[in-house]
Amino acid sequence: MNQPKIIELNSEQSLLINPDRPIYLDYQATTPVDPLVLEQMLPFLTHDFGNAASRSHPYGWTAEKAVEKARQQVADAIHADPREIVWTSGATEATNLALKGAAHFYSGKGKHLITLRTEHKATLDTCRQLEREGFEITYLEVQEDGLVDLQAFAAAIRPDTIIASVLYVNNEIGVIQPMEAIGKMLRAHKVLFHVDAVQALGKIPVDVEAIQADMMSLSGHKIYGPKGIGALYVRRKPRVRVEAQVHGGGHERGMRSGTLPTHQIVGMGAAAELAVQSMESDAKRIRQLRDRLLKGIQERVEETYINGNMEHRVPHNLNISFAFVEGESLIMALKEIAVSSGSACTSASLEPSYVLRALGKSDELAHSSIRFGIGRYTTEEEIDATIGLIAAKVDKLRELSPLWEMHQEGIDLNSIQWAAH
Amino acid sequence: MAYSEKVIDHYENPRNVGAMDKDDSGVGTGMVGAPACGDVMRLQIKVNGQGIIEDAKFKTYGCGSAIASSSLVTEWVKGKTLDEAMTIRNSQIAEELELPPVKIHCSVLAEDAIKAAIEDYRNKQGGAQVVAPAEMASAQAAH
Repeated sequence: MNQPKIIELNSEQSLLINPDRPIYLDYQATTPVDPLVLEQMLPFLTHDFGNAASRSHPYGWTAEKAVEKARQQVADAIHADPREIVWTSGATEATNLALKGAAHFYSGKGKHLITLRTEHKATLDTCRQLEREGFEITYLEVQEDGLVDLQAFAAAIRPDTIIASVLYVNNEIGVIQPMEAIGKMLRAHKVLFHVDAVQALGKIPVDVEAIQADMMSLSGHKIYGPKGIGALYVRRKPRVRVEAQVHGGGHERGMRSGTLPTHQIVGMGAAAELAVQSMESDAKRIRQLRDRLLKGIQERVEETYINGNMEHRVPHNLNISFAFVEGESLIMALKEIAVSSGSACTSASLEPSYVLRALGKSDELAHSSIRFGIGRYTTEEEIDATIGLIAAKVDKLRELSPLWEMHQEGIDLNSIQWAAH
Repeated sequence: MAYSEKVIDHYENPRNVGAMDKDDSGVGTGMVGAPACGDVMRLQIKVNGQGIIEDAKFKTYGCGSAIASSSLVTEWVKGKTLDEAMTIRNSQIAEELELPPVKIHCSVLAEDAIKAAIEDYRNKQGGAQVVAPAEMASAQAAH
């Protein structure tokens, strides 16, 4: 019973099993820089090292030209005007600038904001800060499948609502919110619409006009670009105003001061262009891999539960709970695969994922969840090896699990009064 | 998430995994923790006529440290008298496995599991009526 099961893999798959270099299935956490992107970045670290703000010599002009080309590339990727793109250090800063900047500017009009309970921490923590400053936030519940209920959204809008912020594609469960309907509703009520499109860009078509976004946060490193660079889209017509959060030199039309990191910006521009170009072919291939992974797991492992809507979802994400095994131990068992768990057991709080909790999942299932993020470089062999490993390790951990034994004996775990600790 | 080598060893090669007949009068069963908290430990001991724990088995739902803590205590209680086993402290378990502060609760659970198993055994010997399944009784009694 204690012997780990032998994983049935062919020789080619066995070559993939290497704990020092596990199979990477965490593409929602970050992505490697595409070699085509890196190639365009490198000259701006050495030969073309100028400061884009230097107006008096060719070093500066070269940098400025590169920055403006990238600005156009990012604008094109979301159907915006390049003058609407503000460079930031990443999407977290972009979201801080959008929410704090607009809330501060429009605070005379109202002090109420709306967001979802399943937002990224960049939004939730910024909202907490705004609450400390005297703003009032409504955190909307989502439905069991992770999608927001539009009627509940409409009902939350008040005369003093100034901003609503919605995560386009959820980073944990990959569900796509009904952005067009939300945008239309918000525009009708003259509420500014901030969109966190970090996980959407490159995965689905993103169009600021179609969804009537007023502000949009974007990130470089989720789209095979470098870390440390992001952008905020700020609409010009009708004009949206944000108060700067970083001062010193008045770069980026005064909205965000600081010397522009030319190589990072060039990387984000190139990555955005590439993301749009390869979106369709990437998505098609990734969908096949996702379907293969899901089918393989479901065929070989009982008592699995998919978290989040499967229809309104990017194919790049699969989030599954494996009942009766605990997520952290599963991740420890899966050292040959780089994935993330909905169980934050490593933190002192021992809290399961707040996103899965917001879907109404029990703590047990939230603790037992694994997020698989499939990306540009994932292969069929890697997916097959993953299926074999998951099946073997879940079996092993269930052999160790008293809950699994009780389940096999037909005992309803909910009928037991567990001791709290 | 840096685990000590000892945790990894117990996690990858858990000792004494399994189940004993919980209705056997010579077996004490302790189940502690809760699924919602992310860990449940079940420790079973088999006590001989001389009051010595001659065998121990466990099953644990939980993180690597929880599995390692319970695996370790099955080794430690074997060959001990009940009174000796009662003296095992969570701090000794944490020290042996080099548990980081956020994982101390795993060692606390393991200590609780030993006590719950011994209490269950003693209740049986004392002729206490066991109406509820042993798991339920011990889970409730544990804290």
